[in-house]
Amino acid sequence: MDWQEARQPKGILARPPRLAYKAGEPDDGPVGGARRSGRSMDEAAIIHRPDGAPPGVRPLLAVDGVTLQYKTREHLVTATYRVSFEVYPADRFVLLGPSGCGKSTLLKGVAGFMKPVEGSISLAGRRVDRPGPDRMMVFQEFDQLLPWKTVAQNVMFPMLTSGKYGRAEAAERAAAYIDKVNLTKFRDAFPHMLSGGMKQRVAIARAMAMEPAILLMDEPFASLDALTRRKMQEELLRLWDDIRFTVLFVTHSIEEAIIVGSRILVLSPHPGRVKAELNSHEFGHAEQEGARFVELSRRIHAMLFAERIEDERAPTAEPGHG
Amino acid sequence: MVDLPAGQLVPPVRPEFEHRALDSGQIGAVTRPLSLWERLANNSAARRAAILIVLAAAWELYARWLDNGLMVPTFTETMQALWAATVDGTLPGRVYISLKVLLIGYGAGIALAAMFTTLAVSTRIGTDLLSTLTAMFNPLPAIALLPLAMLWFGLGIPSLVFVIIHSVLWAVALNTHTGFLSVSETLRMVGQNYGLSGVRYVMRILIPAAFPSILSGLKIGWAFSWRTLIAAELVFGVSSRSGGLGWFIYENRNQLETASVFAGLTTVIIIGLVVESVVFRTLETHTVRRWGMLR
Repeated sequence: MDWQEARQPKGILARPPRLAYKAGEPDDGPVGGARRSGRSMDEAAIIHRPDGAPPGVRPLLAVDGVTLQYKTREHLVTATYRVSFEVYPADRFVLLGPSGCGKSTLLKGVAGFMKPVEGSISLAGRRVDRPGPDRMMVFQEFDQLLPWKTVAQNVMFPMLTSGKYGRAEAAERAAAYIDKVNLTKFRDAFPHMLSGGMKQRVAIARAMAMEPAILLMDEPFASLDALTRRKMQEELLRLWDDIRFTVLFVTHSIEEAIIVGSRILVLSPHPGRVKAELNSHEFGHAEQEGARFVELSRRIHAMLFAERIEDERAPTAEPGHG
Repeated sequence: MVDLPAGQLVPPVRPEFEHRALDSGQIGAVTRPLSLWERLANNSAARRAAILIVLAAAWELYARWLDNGLMVPTFTETMQALWAATVDGTLPGRVYISLKVLLIGYGAGIALAAMFTTLAVSTRIGTDLLSTLTAMFNPLPAIALLPLAMLWFGLGIPSLVFVIIHSVLWAVALNTHTGFLSVSETLRMVGQNYGLSGVRYVMRILIPAAFPSILSGLKIGWAFSWRTLIAAELVFGVSSRSGGLGWFIYENRNQLETASVFAGLTTVIIIGLVVESVVFRTLETHTVRRWGMLR
C-alpha cells in the first residue's frame, strides 16, 4: 500500500472524494471554470488564477479513484491505479504519458467500454456505465469510418441512430460540420477514397456534429505524417475557438499535449497513476519556440524520465513494494 | 579519386539551386483519352468474349474433323438443338423447375445459416456448435446424402431441397461467422459508442462490415447448390413428367440425342455464368467494390 501513496502527487488523493473543486496547492491551479464558451483564453487565465476553486462551476467529468483492469490470455493487467481528475466545461484536457501508462484504457473507461474495478466515473453528475453518444469518441485508427457510407452519411449516422436529430436536421448539421473541417468537396466520397488526414477530419466532424457533452480523442493524429498532424492540431484549435467544446485528448507526445491541451494530466506507467496536473492553456503553435514552452516541455520530460529511473531503481530502493 | 581516410566516405558538397516549375505546356499532353483498342483491351468482358469465340471455333473445327455427331456434335448442331429446345418450351420449363427447387433450397439454407450464425455470435457454446458442425459437414459432399434423402423423403422436391440446404448451409454459415469475427475492434467500438446494441448493432454494423465475407459465402453456397442440384437431378426427375435440367440431360443421353445433351450442359453453364457474373457481380459493384472493401 505505501508505495502507491508515496508515488501519488500531493493534493490529488488528499482531496476528499466527490468534492467538486480541488482544494489545490498553488502549483496545481484550478481550471476551466471561466473557460466556458465565448470567453477568450486570456480572460480565462486571469479569472481562474490563483485562488483555487472556480466558484459556481461544477466539473463536467469527474473521474474519481479509478482503477481499471483488463485480462489478456495469461495476465490480469492493472492499467490504471486510483486515478482521479476532473474535466471542466470547455477544457482541452490531455492525458499524457508514455506507452503503457493506461491513458487509452482510461479513455475507454470514460467512453464506457470498460468498467472500473474501483472508483467511479461520472459525466455531469451521472455515472458512466455503458458507451453512449454523449461521449463521442475519435479513434487513432483510420478504419473508424463506416466504409459502406459516404462522408456525409458517416457524419449523419450517429445523429440518426441515436435519435437525437431528425433526418433533415441531421443532414443540415452534417453539411455544416463537414464544411467546418473543409471537406465539402468530398461529402459524397466513400472513406476509401480519402487520405488518412481527411478520414480523421471526417471522424472529428462526425463526433462534433453530435454535440456530445464531451469529445474523447484517442491519439487521433498519431498515425498522420508530421505536416498533416500539425495542420490537424491547428484545425482542432481553430474549431475549439469557434465552438468551445470539451475534449479529453490522449497523446504520448509532450509537444502535442502542450499545444493541444489547456490542462495536462501526466501519468506514470505500469500501472498508470497520476503524476501531475499542469496548465498549458497559454501555449499554441506560435509559442512553440518560446522559452516557457520549452521549459514546460522539459519539466514534463523530466517527470516522465524520472519515473523511468525510479522504476529501474525500485526493486532495491523499496524492497517492501510490489 | 579524392583522397579519403580509409573507411570514411564523405559525400561531396555540391552547389545549391532552385528553379521554377517547368511550364506544363512543354511536357505535351498531360492526360489523353485512350484509343478504342486500348479501351477494349482494358475491358475484361471484351477479353473474355474473345476467349469464348476462340473456344467455340476450336470446338467447331474439332467436331467437324472428328465427324462423329454421336460423340461430339458440332458447335452449330448444339446451338440448333439449344434453340429448338428453347423454342418448343421444353428447356425453359426444365430450367424453371430447377431454379424453383434451387431457390427454395438456397433460401432455406441461408435462413438456417443465419440462425446458426446468430447462435454462434451470441454464445460460446453456439460458436463451438457451429465450428464442430461445419468441420464435420463441410468436407462431406452434399450429393453423398442423396441416398439417405431419398430414403427419408422419397423421390421428389423434398429430397432435392434437403441436399441443397446441406450444400448451402455450412458454406454460408462458416463465411458469415468468420466475417463477423473479423470485424475490426475499432468498428465495433464505434457502433457501441453510438449506443447501438442487439439486433440494431448486428444489422447496422456487423452485417455491412462483414459483407465481403457474407457475399463470398453466398457465392460459394450458390455454386455448391447449383452443382448439387444438377447432380441430384441426374438421379431422378422431380416427378414423372416434370424433371429439371439434370433430368433433361439424362433423358437425352438415353435417347442418344448428344446435341441436346450438349445443349443442356451449355444451359447449366450459361445459368451459372449469368448468376455469377450478372447477379453477384452487380451486387458486388454496388456494395463491397463501391465501398472499397474489395478491389
